[in-house]
Amino acid sequence: MEQHGLRNYLIGFVLAVVLSVIPFWLVATHALPPQRTLLIIGIAAVLQVLVHLRFFLHLNFTTTPKENLLALVFTALLIFIMVGGSFWIMFDLHQRMMT
Amino acid sequence: MFGKLTIEALPLYSAIAAGGAAVTVGGALLVAIVLTWLKAWKYLWTDWLTSVDHKRIGIMYIVLALIMLLRGFVDAIMMRAQQAMALNAGGYLPPEHFDQIFSSHGTIMIFFMAMPFMTGLINLIMPLQIGTRDVAFPWLNAVSLWLSAAGAALVMVSLVIGKFSTAGWTGYPPYSGIEYNPGVGVDYWIWAILISGVGSTMSGINFVVTILKRRAPGMTLMRMTPFTWTALCASVLMAFAFPAITVACGLLALDRLAGMHFFTNAHGGNMMNYANLFWIWGHPEVYILILPAFGIFSEVVATFSRKRLFGYESLVYATAAIAILSFTVWLHHFFTMGSSANVNAFFGVTTMIIAVPTGVKVFNWLLTMYRGRIDFHPSMMWSIGFIVTFVIGGMTGVLLAIPPADFLMHNTTFLVAHFHNMIIPGVLFGYLAGYMFWFPKAFGFELNRGWGLASFWCWLIGFYLAFMPLYLLGLKGMPRRMETYNDPTWQPYLMVAALGAVVVLCGIASMVIQIYVSIRDRKLTEDRTGDPFDGRTLEWSTSSPPPPYNFAVIPTVGDREPFLEAKKNGTAYRRPASYAPIRIPSNTPAGVILGGFAFVLGFAIVWHIWWLVIVSAIVMFITVIARSSDDNAEFTLSAGEVKRMEDERFRQLGSRA
Ligand code: HEM
Ligand SMILES: [Cu+2]
Repeated sequence: MEQHGLRNYLIGFVLAVVLSVIPFWLVATHALPPQRTLLIIGIAAVLQVLVHLRFFLHLNFTTTPKENLLALVFTALLIFIMVGGSFWIMFDLHQRMMT
Repeated sequence: MFGKLTIEALPLYSAIAAGGAAVTVGGALLVAIVLTWLKAWKYLWTDWLTSVDHKRIGIMYIVLALIMLLRGFVDAIMMRAQQAMALNAGGYLPPEHFDQIFSSHGTIMIFFMAMPFMTGLINLIMPLQIGTRDVAFPWLNAVSLWLSAAGAALVMVSLVIGKFSTAGWTGYPPYSGIEYNPGVGVDYWIWAILISGVGSTMSGINFVVTILKRRAPGMTLMRMTPFTWTALCASVLMAFAFPAITVACGLLALDRLAGMHFFTNAHGGNMMNYANLFWIWGHPEVYILILPAFGIFSEVVATFSRKRLFGYESLVYATAAIAILSFTVWLHHFFTMGSSANVNAFFGVTTMIIAVPTGVKVFNWLLTMYRGRIDFHPSMMWSIGFIVTFVIGGMTGVLLAIPPADFLMHNTTFLVAHFHNMIIPGVLFGYLAGYMFWFPKAFGFELNRGWGLASFWCWLIGFYLAFMPLYLLGLKGMPRRMETYNDPTWQPYLMVAALGAVVVLCGIASMVIQIYVSIRDRKLTEDRTGDPFDGRTLEWSTSSPPPPYNFAVIPTVGDREPFLEAKKNGTAYRRPASYAPIRIPSNTPAGVILGGFAFVLGFAIVWHIWWLVIVSAIVMFITVIARSSDDNAEFTLSAGEVKRMEDERFRQLGSRA
């Protein structure tokens, strides 16, 4: 239990807030061109997922049982299929609309 | 005060719409009167509505499904009647109304008939098959049920107050956007799906955890029943696929309510992304529905052929392969959207590949029946009817997987015939087989066989009459969703299809008579042993209906067909040396309250009654907090009470024990 102590939750919370504020701030202030804003939002989102897994769900590579990591790999595979597939489909359409 | 809601919302503009509303309200009143007359309200509340017992929740899901099957079928036969006479603007339905009917038919059949039927069967049987006392999260289970019921209630209410969506069961923008559809119909559709979708996601998670964590000692993954395996795969798909439709509908709701532009071409939105997101859920959804049906067929065929299932391992691997592949084919629903040839080809090929594991299963069932001593119980007949008919639908599916062929057939009645050809014999026949197979387990007496067979034959013949003509019409070029047409050569086909719907009606009538006759004769078909069909798996080792705790002593499993094995070894029906006290979750009204206010919330958003939205959200929040911090969520059944109930069971077994 000690290893899940308050300190850990607080670190997670602060990181989660920072990773949410950055994208909101970028969008609200138009500080960067759209392309780069999108890229940073994407990166912040992925980091956000990792922060949640590490600090709130307490996943790591030493104490977490193997089945749970396996489930995580399966999840990653499905997300890759769904998100990757959507990108492929939508960018393909985009290209055909442009030309 | 009442947002957009005015007296205008009542369907007094047309006799048919008013009639539909009157039937809905009348039906609800009739049920209320009968319940009052029987003085059954209290019993209903304490024993059913507030129950968290997986068996009762399962039964309530199935009741919901059967009621919605009736409603969905009324829609279907109205469409068949309209199209049979609609040559040159004939017919009795205005276009606006016809559009509502195909939209509500599709929505109801998928979300509020098939989904609850499947969730109900899994709830009722899966915990018994894996030898546990309940699902992992009993209260969450009740919440899922009542959220599904809330969604169904929203669709029903749209008959009486306001209108339903005209945008089909898929709700594609831009037509479903606020600009082209300013009324409340699409909102009813969105909120019915969002609310019930949350319930389905949670059911999926609940089942996955139950199957992975709650199996009886000795039940390894490769000793699970085929039905449990398919339930596991379907639940994984539910947990992963439903978020996609929740996001799609949620964004559509934001477009409509908050003036956003996710799916409008103006301001940089892209309506094609809606189709993409919808079908990321939509294709796995068809496997969510059909995998458990495959599991049921496997159990039924083995039991009534008196043989071990042929090729259990191949069936398990085929199921798992289908589950993963089902996430790689979704674009076949929009081949015509304009993707490049490479993209279309990729998804066409994956679609053809998924047919392979499905084909494997057909051989599993056929070879199980081969040289078996087959008992032609109605459940077995549904299964045989399924195998024969489903193969035809599979063939037309592979045909549609070829993009150039799909370009011709897309949006025609050929497609309508194809998916009904999969979903009626595949999904519905499967669930009905399960319903007739496990009914004695749930209620302690069997369903009448004769009326079951009558229902089967009417459904089968009715299906062929109703849908084979649609294949031909599709090849002749008739588009789907047609309210009127002017090609006189189509009409004879549509008349045959209407006749088919009438034959299906006879099948549904037989099901109703079957229930009546079976209840009347329940003394004759009483199931005193809990094992009416010489069953093979653990659910048949308990009494019918099972006690609240399912198993007084959790069984230890050493075989794939543990109960059959026990009967052979003579270890079945053995009295344990002693009993231990059992912890059981207590009933709670929190589930119904949550579902009730989810309904109010949806209704209030549809009509823009914002104060009511806030009030119901607050009530829901408080309910969750209150129930979660309740320390008396379980009670203990003492060893003495367990012994008394078990002694009663052994007295019933009487001479056999
Ligand atoms: C009982 C026999 C049934 C009959 C006679 C029937 C009839 C019909 C008809 C006439 C249509 C409209 C076709 C068109 O657009 O031209 C339709 C659409 C549809 N049906 Fe059925 N149906 C039946 C059962 C089912 C079942 C069991 C399901 C699903 C579990 C189902 C799901 C759908 C769906 C999703 C649509 C598409 C709705 C849309 O266009 O948005 N149907 N059906
Ligand atoms: Cu599909």
